[in-house]
Amino acid sequence: MKKILTLTMALLLVIMTMTGCSQKNTGTVSTDGSTSMEKVIGALGEAFEEQTNGVTFTYNPTGSGSGIQAVQEGRCDIGLSSRALKDEEASNGLKATILAYDGIAVIVNLENPVTDLSLETIARIYTGEIANWKDAGGNDAEIVRIGREAGSGTRDGFETITGTADACQYRQELTSTGDVITAVSQNPNAIGYASLASVKDSVRTLSVGGVAPSEDTVKDGSYVIQRPFVLVTKDNAPLSDAAQKFFDFATSPDAAALISAAGAVAAN
Amino acid sequence: MGRRKRAVETAVHGAFLLLGLITVGCVLLITVYLILSGIPAIRQIGLFDFLLGKTWASAAAEPSYGILPFILTSICGTAGAILFGVPVGFLTAVYLAKLAPPKLKIVVEAAVSLLAGIPSVVYGLVGMLVLVPGIRKLFRVPDGASLLASIIVLAIMILPSIIKVSVTALEAVPKEYEDASLALGATPMETYFRVSVPAAKSGIAAAVVLGVGRAIGEAMAVMMVSGNVANMPSLFQSVRFLTTAVTSEMSYSSPGSLQRQALFSIALVLYLFILLINTALNFFLKRDKEG
Repeated sequence: MKKILTLTMALLLVIMTMTGCSQKNTGTVSTDGSTSMEKVIGALGEAFEEQTNGVTFTYNPTGSGSGIQAVQEGRCDIGLSSRALKDEEASNGLKATILAYDGIAVIVNLENPVTDLSLETIARIYTGEIANWKDAGGNDAEIVRIGREAGSGTRDGFETITGTADACQYRQELTSTGDVITAVSQNPNAIGYASLASVKDSVRTLSVGGVAPSEDTVKDGSYVIQRPFVLVTKDNAPLSDAAQKFFDFATSPDAAALISAAGAVAAN
Repeated sequence: MGRRKRAVETAVHGAFLLLGLITVGCVLLITVYLILSGIPAIRQIGLFDFLLGKTWASAAAEPSYGILPFILTSICGTAGAILFGVPVGFLTAVYLAKLAPPKLKIVVEAAVSLLAGIPSVVYGLVGMLVLVPGIRKLFRVPDGASLLASIIVLAIMILPSIIKVSVTALEAVPKEYEDASLALGATPMETYFRVSVPAAKSGIAAAVVLGVGRAIGEAMAVMMVSGNVANMPSLFQSVRFLTTAVTSEMSYSSPGSLQRQALFSIALVLYLFILLINTALNFFLKRDKEG
């Protein structure tokens, strides 16, 4: 009898603590959209949850298009897009706020004499139209194209900007930025691409059309292999308290360190 | 007293049975889960298009899901690793079990155990930094990340299991067999290869199975040296294995999508392969014992 009593008491206690938890919850922020923004949004969401202690943050990686659609239909608080809004999307009462820029550096081996390529040449190299470095101003050697695996945000960004989606002739498809950099640093005839923030001295970063990639040139738009990370909100409907808090946090200068740690260039 | 003893016996029996059932339960759970999540994509894509399709482009605008390149690569890679690894491992085992001086044997066995304990990502990294550039320079090919690099890495990775299991099998051969052979005038070498090795045949075959299992299931190390492009297997071309096909895309595929389901189907194919290998070898071993 005593045992049953203790058990009931314990059970009650557990239930009470649980209800206590749910009462502390002050809201949710739901985001939906670009898979490329996963790292940035993941870092921001985690820090935000820690800061607010009790707000639930969700991120649904569906792609830029469906994220924009989701915010339009009110299925999420904030849509995430890794491209600027199209005209018809903007005219539908949506507002785009640039959170960060994603700069993608094109890298070659240190032994490679090439230092500059135009965007068009890069595209022609990756589609296989140019197969030898001598046609791109380098030595007489076969070009070894190194890229990322299908589904990678960096690959998606690179192929979208260079207009080579689904047409790249890769020699190697590696699963991390570090592997791409190592592979390029090991092969004198390799070319690769990697998120600007993670490029190291072991490889040479090419300038594109005469512009070397850096935080400044990415921000002012003169370095072309880059794209914006955009927070999409409704123009007329106000955000919920929690969502507004997240929006302010993400666009504040405090978030800049988190954003650059996640591999992008903060806009603010 | 007797009754109590029997009760304890029964209880212990039950406990062991339960523990044994946990293993069986895990295997069943994995099997059922793999079949349930692997079948839908195969039905949607079509068994023949899936198994015999030559193009894999899961993230393209018009996706195509053909895994023939992965299947052939896995078969070629494993066969290649066995081709290199088994002779080296087998002869090392004979040397260690029968010929090596005791002190040397201790050193070599320690080295082999160490080889077994090295994480596969380290094999991959060393392969990437040493083997891949080495192949590029030696064979004068544009890039060294290839089927050959994976075969070499896999061959080294399966050595410890082949050596250890073979040594155990060879050492278990009764000394009387060898003494008899020597007494009949056979040289030591003749004795080892004509008496000891045939007597340890099933153990050595088990070692090879273990090697095949490890080679076909390895993902991390080959991912770093094979180049990962879904080409048909060719020695100096970039290739993708069944395992790496699953791992490289799993984190990006969205839950419930055809891509994710197709990855489970690949895992199912891999699973069936391993089942097939195990069954085939069991069959051969049994036949040997009976004949």
